[in-house]
Amino acid sequence: MLLGAAPFGLIFGTLAAPSGLSAGGALAMSLIVFAGSSQFIALSLLASKASLFVVVLTTFVVNLRHALYSASLLPYVSNLNQRWRALLAFWLTDETYAVVLHRYGEDDASPQRHWYQLGSSLAMYGNWLAWTLVGVLLGASVPSLQHLGLEFAMAATFTGIVVPLLRSKPMIGAALVAAVVALLGRDLPYKLGLMLAAMAGVVAGMLLERMAASEVAS
Amino acid sequence: MTSYEIGVVLGMGAVTFGIRYSFFVLGDRVAFPAWVKRALRYVPVAVLTAIIVPMVLLPDGTHWQLGWRNAWLVGALTSGVMAWRRMPLLAAIGGGMAVYFIWRFALG
Repeated sequence: MLLGAAPFGLIFGTLAAPSGLSAGGALAMSLIVFAGSSQFIALSLLASKASLFVVVLTTFVVNLRHALYSASLLPYVSNLNQRWRALLAFWLTDETYAVVLHRYGEDDASPQRHWYQLGSSLAMYGNWLAWTLVGVLLGASVPSLQHLGLEFAMAATFTGIVVPLLRSKPMIGAALVAAVVALLGRDLPYKLGLMLAAMAGVVAGMLLERMAASEVAS
Repeated sequence: MTSYEIGVVLGMGAVTFGIRYSFFVLGDRVAFPAWVKRALRYVPVAVLTAIIVPMVLLPDGTHWQLGWRNAWLVGALTSGVMAWRRMPLLAAIGGGMAVYFIWRFALG
């Protein structure tokens, strides 16, 4: 898990400068936001001069899935006070969720297992910060990296994440609709086209899902 | 850091923490409606596709490039095919980048 996150922290740090995010900004983002996928998306938005509102709104939509994690871990933190809960919530990433859920699934019912979550969270956090820093330093010391076309790394990463998800008709429909709306709305100000495309894609996916369900039923 | 960057970082941090903390605070008083759970499954695909497609088909932001000479398009297709064949994500990224750099180098 730590090893898996390393290259992404590195790529994020290296891409920050070409996207127009300062070294301090990149580190602050890893330190305060600590959410890999939305940090990458923020970079691509910053590169295209999106407004603050659109960046924050996109982050909200992309990270909304974390509310599901928070809801599903609730039974395990209900014995903890709010300070502990806030601490664990801050570090609740996709990776930590996967590790922790696995651990909580073992039924030894140790009252100390929140320490386990804290430990694995801190490991992920330190790892992410360290690799961001390495990436920032690498980008700064090898300026020619910026002209190599590293921006493509982002397109390759997103493609690699999306394609394996396209295994059902509603998913494929959601992607197609999002792509068409994004192309049509690409000249709208403040990257609003991206938000419209995302919403249209989600609606298309849900409609297709409902149609498939009613076909089965009839 | 510019004030714009500070705004971006703090804004992103606030919404992300708010989302992650929401259910730890609200407890069992609220339940997720089923349709929200279903909608969330489509968010990653919709958002990421909406970012990738214009990037790859119009690399300079204004001109369509649909031919085989477009390094962005060929590189992304390589990553896509590798990911479809269930290769690890990092392999798919590396493969796409290799093709992208070869294309840029070969076509100047």
